Amino acid sequence: MKHLLSLALKSAWNRRFTLSLTAIAIALSVTMLLGVERLRTQAHDSFSHSISGTDLVVGARTSPVQLMLYAVFRMGEATNNMSWTSYQAITNNPMIAWSIPISLGDSHHGFPVLGTNRQYFEHFHYGDAQQLSFLEGKPFDAIFDVVLGAEVATQRGYQLGDAITLSHGMRATGPKHNNKPFTVVGILAPTGTPVDRTVHVSLEAITAIHLDWVGGAPMPGFSIPAQYVKKFDLAPKEITATLIGLKNRAAVFKVQREINTYDKEALLSVLPGVALEQLWQVVNIAEKSLKAVSAMIVLVGLSGLIAVVLAGLNERRRELAILRSVGAKPRDVFILLTSEGLLITLIGIVFGVALLTVLALFLAPIVQSHYGTVLRAAAISINELKLLTIVLGVSLLACLIPGYRAYKLSLLDGLTPKI
Amino acid sequence: MRHIAITNLQFRYPGMASPCLDIAHFDANAGERIFLYGPSGSGKSTLLGLLGGVLSAEHGTITLLGRDFSQLSQTQRDRVRADHIGYIFQQFNLIPYLSVIENVLLPCQFSQLRQAKTLASGKTLKVEAERLLTKLDLNPTLWDRPVTQLSVGQQQRVAAARALIGKPEIIIADEPTSALDADRQAAFLELLLHECAEANALLLFVSHDRRLASHFHREIDLTSINKAVIQKILSETA
Repeated sequence: MKHLLSLALKSAWNRRFTLSLTAIAIALSVTMLLGVERLRTQAHDSFSHSISGTDLVVGARTSPVQLMLYAVFRMGEATNNMSWTSYQAITNNPMIAWSIPISLGDSHHGFPVLGTNRQYFEHFHYGDAQQLSFLEGKPFDAIFDVVLGAEVATQRGYQLGDAITLSHGMRATGPKHNNKPFTVVGILAPTGTPVDRTVHVSLEAITAIHLDWVGGAPMPGFSIPAQYVKKFDLAPKEITATLIGLKNRAAVFKVQREINTYDKEALLSVLPGVALEQLWQVVNIAEKSLKAVSAMIVLVGLSGLIAVVLAGLNERRRELAILRSVGAKPRDVFILLTSEGLLITLIGIVFGVALLTVLALFLAPIVQSHYGTVLRAAAISINELKLLTIVLGVSLLACLIPGYRAYKLSLLDGLTPKI
Repeated sequence: MRHIAITNLQFRYPGMASPCLDIAHFDANAGERIFLYGPSGSGKSTLLGLLGGVLSAEHGTITLLGRDFSQLSQTQRDRVRADHIGYIFQQFNLIPYLSVIENVLLPCQFSQLRQAKTLASGKTLKVEAERLLTKLDLNPTLWDRPVTQLSVGQQQRVAAARALIGKPEIIIADEPTSALDADRQAAFLELLLHECAEANALLLFVSHDRRLASHFHREIDLTSINKAVIQKILSETA
């Protein structure tokens, strides 16, 4: 058996140019297959990692998935806000331990601005019930204080004491709140969640920067300088959403029902886990089709391999007859050809995994800054190993074709190839 | 015990109306040099296939070194071929992706017996391969060359070394000199005869070139012992 594998190896090396092209095709298809799988699992991980310990997410009535997307992942924009009086009314419930108000809508160089209060730094948890911690500085205190997520600070090169201005809306090119600069007072430690990409200010600051605005644009010829904003009532009129923690988790459905049936305003409260599950169901269709496409690409790669091995077979009839004359059994010829195909697949898989690792290393920063998803150049997971085993299994089945053909040919040819 | 014994052998390929090979009797002994004269169509390839065990007879028996092929399975016949027969063909004898030494050592990969016999002389496989190559007058400077760069004559000598390694009892040479020019033919034949004699191997030399027959103990015309050919000629002339 060993001598046959060594023969297969040397024979493959002899035709390395043609075979390496097919190996590259297989490598690329394996990269695609594993890449899709890895993106999928890491996106799932990353999303589930983004929030922890929050029992309910509450906002104006919309779809649960939509609410999760903007309130937790800070993707997209809220269509409706909830009023501050509703917020106060529902959080008066004695079953509620804490609540974090969230006000979105502005941005800074594409990073979302989040208006909140100091509850955020105390009660927001992510990952495995981890609390936010400060790399430098402290929570905001004055109206125009700002606390930056880790990535905002590193990407823009901000340090404590720097002055920044916010833009209206989510576009980096939107109108600016130039007349009210903010001062960086704190930088959070990296979390691997959307928090890293968030600019945190107080709810009062959100009100303050919009005092002299009407309908999403600065009021022409009217500007309230920053030093006078304290003369106005800065209590928020509306917020986008709120995260709620309960004293006793068992009450979650009761509180949820109360909020959902709140009669003064149409509100929606969702359990983060349930909403995430719904999100996966939506994404599932896309994932499945991506998976199907990458599986097809693997099949195309393997077909190419079989075609190349089969095409070479006719020229190798003399070689097979020589092997028969020195004592090879037809079964040996079968093993020789089958293992050659498998060998190429194996090489393709190794290169595919290597390519994926390199890509993950290079693309991780880009993916994280665009989608907030952390890509890790992780070791191969059990799931990926399963996929690779399937690829190898399918390849084995496919390689039986040239193996069997060579077997038949060597029976027919014997010691004298009929060419 | 005879090295080769054939009795009432008949063979036909699938779909053939009558046998293409029909030999009543054929014997060969150790150390014999037999010249088998076989023009094309005389059933030469078929006989070699039967002797090598890659074809199996329809009727009659082939016995190689006391083993009756009709009693053996395909795998067992493959084993007999690997262990006891060395082959040299007309040309393209070598595996292009193996080195000269690796080509010579191929039979030792497929036959543990021949490997054991080679090692029994106290030498390594490589040393024995080199010894044979030297005796067959193949210059050591050629050993590291890709086999595709060797001349036809050099390739035939590598093939002869491969047939001889591990001292198989039977050497079958199928037109081994046809691709060589006259001078090289004589030189090659001399080397081959000498090595076979030294190993006391039975040499079955198949050729259509009768001028070479004088170097052998016996000359057999395949057309005269193959009744299938005689029948065919008779039916055509009738």
